[in-house]
Amino acid sequence: MSSKKQRGGAARLDSANQVSLARQLSDHWQLYLLLLIPVVITVIYKYIPMVGIQIAFRDYKASQGMFGSKFVGLYWFQRFFSSPNCVRMIRNTVLISLYSLLWSFPVPIILSLAINQLRFHRYKRVVQTVLYAPHFISTMVICGMIKIFLSPSGGLINLILGTKIDFLTMSEAFRTIYISTGIWQEAGWGTIIYLATLSSVDTSLYEAAKVDGASLFQRIMHIDVPALIPMAVLNLIMSAGSLMNVGFEKVWLLQTDLNKATSDVIAVYVYEQGIENAKYSYSTAVGLFNTVVNILLLVIVNKIASKASDVRFV
Amino acid sequence: MKDKKASGLSDRSSDIILVVLTAIIIFIVAYPLYYVLIASVSNPYDVYAGMTFLLPSQFSMAGYAAVFADKSIFTGFLNSIKYTVIGTVFSVVMIYLVAYPLSQHTLPFRKALSIFFIITMYFGGGLIPTYLVVKNTGLIGSMWSLFIPGGVAVGNMIIVRNYIENSIPHELMEAAEIDGASHLRIFWDMVIPLSRPIMAVMVVFSMVAYWNDWFTAMIYLDASQAPLPLVLRNVLIKSSASASQAATISGGYAELNKMTEMIKFASIVVAAGPMLIIYPFVQKQFEKGMMAGAVKG
Repeated sequence: MSSKKQRGGAARLDSANQVSLARQLSDHWQLYLLLLIPVVITVIYKYIPMVGIQIAFRDYKASQGMFGSKFVGLYWFQRFFSSPNCVRMIRNTVLISLYSLLWSFPVPIILSLAINQLRFHRYKRVVQTVLYAPHFISTMVICGMIKIFLSPSGGLINLILGTKIDFLTMSEAFRTIYISTGIWQEAGWGTIIYLATLSSVDTSLYEAAKVDGASLFQRIMHIDVPALIPMAVLNLIMSAGSLMNVGFEKVWLLQTDLNKATSDVIAVYVYEQGIENAKYSYSTAVGLFNTVVNILLLVIVNKIASKASDVRFV
Repeated sequence: MKDKKASGLSDRSSDIILVVLTAIIIFIVAYPLYYVLIASVSNPYDVYAGMTFLLPSQFSMAGYAAVFADKSIFTGFLNSIKYTVIGTVFSVVMIYLVAYPLSQHTLPFRKALSIFFIITMYFGGGLIPTYLVVKNTGLIGSMWSLFIPGGVAVGNMIIVRNYIENSIPHELMEAAEIDGASHLRIFWDMVIPLSRPIMAVMVVFSMVAYWNDWFTAMIYLDASQAPLPLVLRNVLIKSSASASQAATISGGYAELNKMTEMIKFASIVVAAGPMLIIYPFVQKQFEKGMMAGAVKG
């Protein structure tokens, strides 16, 4: 109400052309009409669940609802921290995402530096089309392919190596499988953003560098790499914010009883406890713990990055 | 003169290095897909004996026949088509309902509304609170649970909003407004036709998302409503023959086993093929679109 008055007052002071907020609102009623359904759906299915996170501090009973169940404080968190596999799950979650980030992060950058310098446009297009392909395949299908290729009897990898190793039962191989196939699937897609950034590099710089006798490698190092750094830092910060978000789908599909020592992660536990065992409050508490760690990591990395350079993105 | 020649030569050799390097990368990415395609039309025993590295062996389409003869896979296939069509229409409509109003700088509270949507990109209720809301609103067991709880695809909405802001001349919309055209009329007659290229991208992105999704269906829908990837979980991950498959095969265990293996490769092609055929058509557009979205994300 007060903002309405303020805006109205400012408008009148500003110029005679400006109209009051009420008038502006009524002028745009059709736009608000368009927004109505999306806003309602977003409130119900995005904002109410956010408020619903507080069942992590309650003993949720369906009959008493999300807001009426008994308050139990940090009970569920204590239970999680004293559960036998707690340390293992946190460790696995952090290690999978940390190694994932370290190995996956540089690949699209290197790929895009190479693709950007390809001078045969037809060929460049083919390279891009092929590299994007795996991104469009369902995780289910990717995991099916992984199972087939790693099968001890007649799987492609064992055929090439001439061995009969059942990789998916080896806990020491799990992270390698998870990360390498992740790079195979998403590295190509990850180049889009870097290639778009490189396309805005002034081509006269290349010409000038050529005249000065710079080799292709020198041109990449001194022109392309600096152009990519801001985007790369931004991407790194964003990934740090999801460091604890190990994709549930792939881990769950590739998990076997024998590789659980490294494949047991928080996301799978949240699913098992929540959906399979219907322990709603407990599952929400574990999920909330995960989110809080993520936010802390994001804040820390952002602080470090803004200190190290002058860029701040979040 | 000499200098120029030398640098030209080094440029050519570095060109060759780049081409060879990218060719190796293409091979690494494409070969697994090619191998599955070859294996899907080969005799499964030959595949597991390592006889299909380059070309099919004992060419046959029996795997595909078996895939479509399997009742559960076929139902899943039909379900997936249904969910993809309806879901894509729903998603693209939702994106436009938000993107157009937010592209209009004269809209009061535009900034607040933008933030309202963008927050949902970074924060969510998590698995269980969302599940409980879906349950309490009676969507469990309804196919709408696949579409409605997803709400607005905010990242895509920003790409479309930026496209409308940057690619449709402002003067054009203002002129229409002066001529007395309403916002709805401008939306329908001007914004939608002029933003077709980015709409094509949104259609493909939504199609891919719904065609490939199985987790949402797993938690919200019954087994009979399962989309193709979820049905394939039995075939690909659990490696078990489905009941309908076992019933139709009379040749005993060995024959059943062979059939199961054939179905694996063919079903991968059936599940992955459609989207792999579609995306190259809008590739140029999504390369542009991603940039537009990134600049003002």
